[in-house]
Amino acid sequence: MKRVLGDIFSWRFALLLFAGLIVIYPLLWVVSLAFSGQQALQLVALPEGAGFWQQLAALVPLPQQWSLDNFRAVLTEQPFMRWLGNSLVVALSTTVVGLCLSCTAAYAFSRFRFPGRERGLMLFLISQMFPAVLMLIPLYVIVVQWLGLGNTWLGLVLVYAITALPFCVWMLKGYFDTLPYEIEESALLEGASRFTIFYRIILPLARPAIAVTALFSFMTAWNEFILASIFMDDESRYTVPVGLRFFVSDYASEWGFFAAGSILVSIPVILLFLALQRFLVSGLSAGAVKG
Amino acid sequence: MASIEFKRVEKRYADNPPTVPGLDLHIRDGEFMVLVGPSGCGKSTTLRMIAGLESVTSGELWIGDRLVNELQPAARDVAMVFQNYALYPHMTVFDNMAFGLRVRKQPASLIKSKVEQAADTLGLADLLARKPGQLSGGQCQRVALGRAIVRDPQVFLFDEPLSNLDAELRVQMRGNIGRLHREFATTSVYVTHDQVEAMTLGSRIAILNRGELMQVGTPMELYNDPDNVFVAGFMGSPPMNIVPVQNRGAGLKNALLDLPRADLGGLAGELLLGIRPEKLHPAAGSPDHWPRLRAKVEMVETLGAEMLVHLGDGSERMIARLPGLQLLTPGQTLELALDPDAIYLFDRHSRQRIRTVQPVAVAEAVPCT
Ligand SMILES: Nc1ncnc2c1ncn2[C@@H]1O[C@H](COP(=O)(O)OP(=O)(O)OP(=O)(O)O)[C@@H](O)[C@H]1O
Ligand SMILES: [Mg+2]
Repeated sequence: MKRVLGDIFSWRFALLLFAGLIVIYPLLWVVSLAFSGQQALQLVALPEGAGFWQQLAALVPLPQQWSLDNFRAVLTEQPFMRWLGNSLVVALSTTVVGLCLSCTAAYAFSRFRFPGRERGLMLFLISQMFPAVLMLIPLYVIVVQWLGLGNTWLGLVLVYAITALPFCVWMLKGYFDTLPYEIEESALLEGASRFTIFYRIILPLARPAIAVTALFSFMTAWNEFILASIFMDDESRYTVPVGLRFFVSDYASEWGFFAAGSILVSIPVILLFLALQRFLVSGLSAGAVKG
Repeated sequence: MASIEFKRVEKRYADNPPTVPGLDLHIRDGEFMVLVGPSGCGKSTTLRMIAGLESVTSGELWIGDRLVNELQPAARDVAMVFQNYALYPHMTVFDNMAFGLRVRKQPASLIKSKVEQAADTLGLADLLARKPGQLSGGQCQRVALGRAIVRDPQVFLFDEPLSNLDAELRVQMRGNIGRLHREFATTSVYVTHDQVEAMTLGSRIAILNRGELMQVGTPMELYNDPDNVFVAGFMGSPPMNIVPVQNRGAGLKNALLDLPRADLGGLAGELLLGIRPEKLHPAAGSPDHWPRLRAKVEMVETLGAEMLVHLGDGSERMIARLPGLQLLTPGQTLELALDPDAIYLFDRHSRQRIRTVQPVAVAEAVPCT
């Protein structure tokens, strides 16, 4: 008990608490805004010449009254559901396309020795060193002007899947490298084809890494704003981040809708985290080889 | 079942000097061939060439009547047991053993009966639903064996399958493997660097050194009739004593021993003399015509029924395996007799056995009275 108290009043604890507050305070603010039922950015209307304590109280993220109006309005009066659907389609397609590309590429990089292997891996790394906005104009030219994929989901999916590729390939290759090669040799001798080995042995064993990669691809696509706002002109094709942006623009400042929408947007990601959690921690390859 | 034939098989990795510089070896149908040799001598490489996991740089490799140089591993009909078992960790024991049959599209009922039969043979019947992570090392290795035998291949390959197990389990598994071979009589190639494994399991043993075949023969042939210093020094524990001797035309001598009656038939050049530790006997009670040696006791290792006596005189050293009856103290001088039939001579430069001469002339032997 004394020990626990000592921990609570130690400077480490204070530091962690402070850091935690910094992270969570804006989130609490968003939650409060969402449930306030209003569109105003401040939760409490301050009277003229408010005293110090009143000002301080206004910083506490608690709405004056709780209401679900913002959620109701976002879900019914705004095309929010449609944007959510768009985002889901784009993010899931990105994940599927990204995984197909990165699993196969990473397997090849991990297991085969071919000319350009080292250089290819290095190029992937280098591509990660440039800020993403740098790619904006070239991507626009390629995707919209050359391929004519502006305003389509395919264009977005391609771009997202490919920008996530370097991270995914490195991540998966690192994991494939840890799987003992004898397992594959053994399967090879038993008559399995390369594809059977990949599909029936490597992929099941790499589930933890694939889960991480899938999550990363999904979130890349789900949260992306800049490219989506440039590629998509048609309001009915907006993804959620782009749509949300229009709640607070030069012409509107519906902060309540914005906050409610943001919370709704996070729900699929949270669900995905929960669903993949058990893969994120398991070490499936334990027991593959002993000694 | 099939025989395996290496014809001038060479293996090179990139531009390195050849790992296997040209191997000629015939492994007979149904034989249990053990490949032994020091670490890095190319045992695994040789085995993996049979499996098709390594390519053959030049030469011909035959399994049965097929030239397999360019044949895919899957088409060679061989099964391999790896040192680290290489089980599929996400599959149950049953699925591990069934995998090879499933990818070959065997009917499910046949798979079931084959796997269950193999599991019975190996005492795995109760473990079929477990995953490899829930098995002990010995059990894992039995699953690996089971996975090999359900396929009923033409050839079994083993790459140091027992070296991750503790001593007791190793003996037990050695028994298992020997029993399986007697039962199925499938051609087997077994890599180890444990000479006890080699002696107990092998129908024949091939000894490799730096990729070169030193000698191949039954365990007793290698033990009793080594072709060269390497084989003589490799088999047996402790290994054969090999000491340089001066060749004085009609006799051999060094700091420890003196064989004045050697009949060297005019053999010139420097020689090495070899004798196994158990062929040195206490002088008292040995026939008179056996050559003697006198040396200082350096150290005694008592093993119970017998003892290993390290004899030394500065430069020359020998080990004698004597009955553990006498009390010996270091520093004491000991007189031993050499069994003349067990003395081997080798050329000091080529390190090959010299079979043409008689270290102790037969004519000198005193007939039994
Ligand atoms: N992929 C490779 N590239 C280059 N050299 C290799 C490769 N694989 C093996 N070698 C070399 O070939 C030689 C023989 O290797 P091998 O694995 O056959 O030895 P081994 O007899 O099985 O030894 P051990 O008893 O230690 O397993 C070694 O010197 C090794 O360095
Ligand atoms: Mg080896």
